[in-house]
Amino acid sequence: MDIELFFQQLANAISLGSLYALIAIGYTMVYGILRLINFAHGEIFMFGTYIAFYAMTSFLLPWGGAFLIAIVLTVIFGLLVERAAYKPLRNSPRMSVMISAIGTSFLIQNLAIVIFGGRPKSFPVPDLFNTVIHLGNISIVSITFITPIITAIVLVFLLYIVDKTKTGMAMRAVSKDYEAARLMGIDVNWVITITFGIGSGLAAIGGIMWGLKYPSLLPMMGLMPGLKCFIAAVIGGIGNIRGAVVGGFLLGLIEIMLIAALPALTGYRDAFAFVLLIVILLIKPTGIMGKNIAEKV
Amino acid sequence: MALLKTDNITMQFSGLTAVSNLSIEIDSKEIIGLIGPNGAGKTTAFNMITGVYKPTTGDVYYNDTNITGLKAHEITHYGIGRTFQNIRLFKELTVLDNVIIANHLRLKSNLMESVIRTSRYRKEEKHIYEKSMSLLVDLGLEDLKDEKSSNLPYGKQRRLEIARALATDPKLLLLDEPAAGMNPQESIELMGLIREIRDKFNVAILMIEHHMQVVMGVCERIYVLDYGVTIAQGVPDEIKNDPKVIEAYLGVD
Amino acid sequence: MRDRKKVLTLIFLLVTIIAVAVLNFTLDSYKLKIITLCGIYIILGLSMNLINGFTGLFSLGHAGFMAVGAYVSALLTMSPALKDTVFYAAPINPFIKMIQAPFPVALLIGGIITAIIAFLIGAPVLRLNDDYLAIATLGFSEIIRVILTNTQTLTNGSLGLKGITRYTNMWWSWGIAIVTIFFMIWLVKGMYGKAFKAIREDEIAAEAMGINLFKHKIMSFVIGAFFAGIGGGLLGHLIGTIDPNMFRFVLTFNILLIVVLGGIGSITGTVIAATAVTILMEVLRFIESPISLGAIHIPGIPGMRMVIFSLMLMGVILFYPKGLMGRNEFNWDYFINKKFLKSKKKSV
Repeated sequence: MDIELFFQQLANAISLGSLYALIAIGYTMVYGILRLINFAHGEIFMFGTYIAFYAMTSFLLPWGGAFLIAIVLTVIFGLLVERAAYKPLRNSPRMSVMISAIGTSFLIQNLAIVIFGGRPKSFPVPDLFNTVIHLGNISIVSITFITPIITAIVLVFLLYIVDKTKTGMAMRAVSKDYEAARLMGIDVNWVITITFGIGSGLAAIGGIMWGLKYPSLLPMMGLMPGLKCFIAAVIGGIGNIRGAVVGGFLLGLIEIMLIAALPALTGYRDAFAFVLLIVILLIKPTGIMGKNIAEKV
Repeated sequence: MALLKTDNITMQFSGLTAVSNLSIEIDSKEIIGLIGPNGAGKTTAFNMITGVYKPTTGDVYYNDTNITGLKAHEITHYGIGRTFQNIRLFKELTVLDNVIIANHLRLKSNLMESVIRTSRYRKEEKHIYEKSMSLLVDLGLEDLKDEKSSNLPYGKQRRLEIARALATDPKLLLLDEPAAGMNPQESIELMGLIREIRDKFNVAILMIEHHMQVVMGVCERIYVLDYGVTIAQGVPDEIKNDPKVIEAYLGVD
Repeated sequence: MRDRKKVLTLIFLLVTIIAVAVLNFTLDSYKLKIITLCGIYIILGLSMNLINGFTGLFSLGHAGFMAVGAYVSALLTMSPALKDTVFYAAPINPFIKMIQAPFPVALLIGGIITAIIAFLIGAPVLRLNDDYLAIATLGFSEIIRVILTNTQTLTNGSLGLKGITRYTNMWWSWGIAIVTIFFMIWLVKGMYGKAFKAIREDEIAAEAMGINLFKHKIMSFVIGAFFAGIGGGLLGHLIGTIDPNMFRFVLTFNILLIVVLGGIGSITGTVIAATAVTILMEVLRFIESPISLGAIHIPGIPGMRMVIFSLMLMGVILFYPKGLMGRNEFNWDYFINKKFLKSKKKSV
């Protein structure tokens, strides 16, 4: 692999990695609070992309307005999902909650097929995101730069909320000990709502970025990114925002670089994440940045 | 030769020392108490002996065999049975099934034999059923055998935990706060029961207990832990008058 | 009383056999296929219920197990000549080409290989708990699918296998289903089944009672996978073609729906739910295909079937988490007593 190709691929890897990171943060935050794999996260992501698409094509909104509306509607949608599918099961066995999450994921996916149709839709990409930039012999599309920048902004913003604000303190308390936090007078339901809202908002931003990068929309589009980003969150140490970013980048890097180095493995691309997951779980089940928790006997 | 011997076992959780240098010795058929204020590390000591935790340093010997770091099920196999402080019955299963399950470890038939029900398996199953029923009779639970175990009142759940632990054929029985949640009447009955169990099943008993009347009444020797450190050991009368023990329990100005 | 129950069970079996025979002669081939499919889904549902319901392991790897069983058994029943024509894109591995076995042997080998693969997967993965186990098994199921797609000379890649002889009929599917039902009943009643349930109820207590968690989890997982592999083999020989896309997560979802609907941890429930869901899956097909009633033309709604199934799954888990049967089982005592009471009332 020559040096130019290497940098080209590196740029792709960082871009994809930051996209994974963005979605993984949403997963990790929800898991941190609720101890729940939000299987429907990928579907919320898909929903955001479709809303942005319809806002631009059917309602002819300028892209900025369309993206904003998509984010707001996706947050509302995410909160509705939480109310309907997860809140009633707060005291149920883990398996029930997970089954409900799987059901929700399939429901949204197939509702999308019914409502949006099963054929791929092409996402209109504004010029800003589609400009080709030449750096020596390397040419890179502007979205490749924009994604990591947005992820960085979001990360700084989130870390500020979680580490410096009162809401953030409540979030940390709930994720440490749900019951104790409740007894200390923290409005746990409010914390869950905020967390789900932020997670869904991030899913929407991620979805829009995804659409700009891979402008073909399908109702099933959320499935694979959803699973992979959960894996990224686990690799980084679930419940840990910085860990999710690390995991996302690592996954993006490995996927792109491994294929660039060994093109014969292209067909196995979707399996990398799972292999990585299993390896991590066996070596350090708490993830790269996670802490060990022993069960009380 | 001691039945159980712990040689300076220490347990640290990320810097915090829960138990340090605990050395206890138990002979067969002894009844030993392990007492101390809340958070003294008593349950942690149990967990190290039964293989739930591996001691950070130190060794556990059972009949002179080093059993440190063995898995919990292997240690049960050797002959150490236990109950849990916060009751861990198989909630949805019946009282009888709870006891029957604890016989599984001694089962010789394999899975296929259990499915096609060979004569060896049927013989074993019959024996397990009879043994379990007799354990329930010993602990006064025979009338409740078909009840869901979580439906039992608190005191009876504790008795069922003892029956279940006995079903594993232990030589050493570890009881974690057997009198907790019992009324005075039940506690007194329990004292008698513990002695009966020792005599009938030939087991040594190591028990954690807060109920001083029970501890002093039934234990032959007592170890006292405070902040993970063994501050006293001896016969009940020595312990009662030990100034360090009184200090640990009552505090000093 | 015991003999009476045995007699009743025998009569019940006899009635089932006669019913299969009668249905075999009277139903058209489409309906026969649905009934055959019911038998297969009973096997699949029971195999998942053993792992998820009785042992409490949340495994989502069923589609992968089925894929292994289906591919192995199909490659064994296909003749070398047929394999040559099917593998037109890339020549088949010569060893795989020559090896052949009769249908029942092929099914059995399919199940055994699935069990071996489950053992290899389970050894690392079963140390994980709850959600991690779910994601890891789902991951393995996807990896199996990706491997099947990419190993052209062994599996014919994404083109799949075609022209598989349709050996699976009512007798095979219901015969094996009944064997599976009895296997599960005896297993769950016996000491090993009780140990599985103990693990489901409380792992720490089960281990303290001397149950080797890992050994028993892997036993349950491997047995479940074995039956899933058999089910996959039967399915392949019913449809006649298989390809990697058939074994997506949605297949696992369908089986999960059966288990949840019937009651997580009930054999009877799974048998009823498997039959009901399979029939419903076919009946609801009409929603997705266009209907013409003379002049009126109603277009089909793709995706609607799965919308209904997902709503069913969520409805049960949210409002009726015990499902049809909870953890209860059909038993003759109950049946006899109820009948007895009824006749008594009448006589009064």
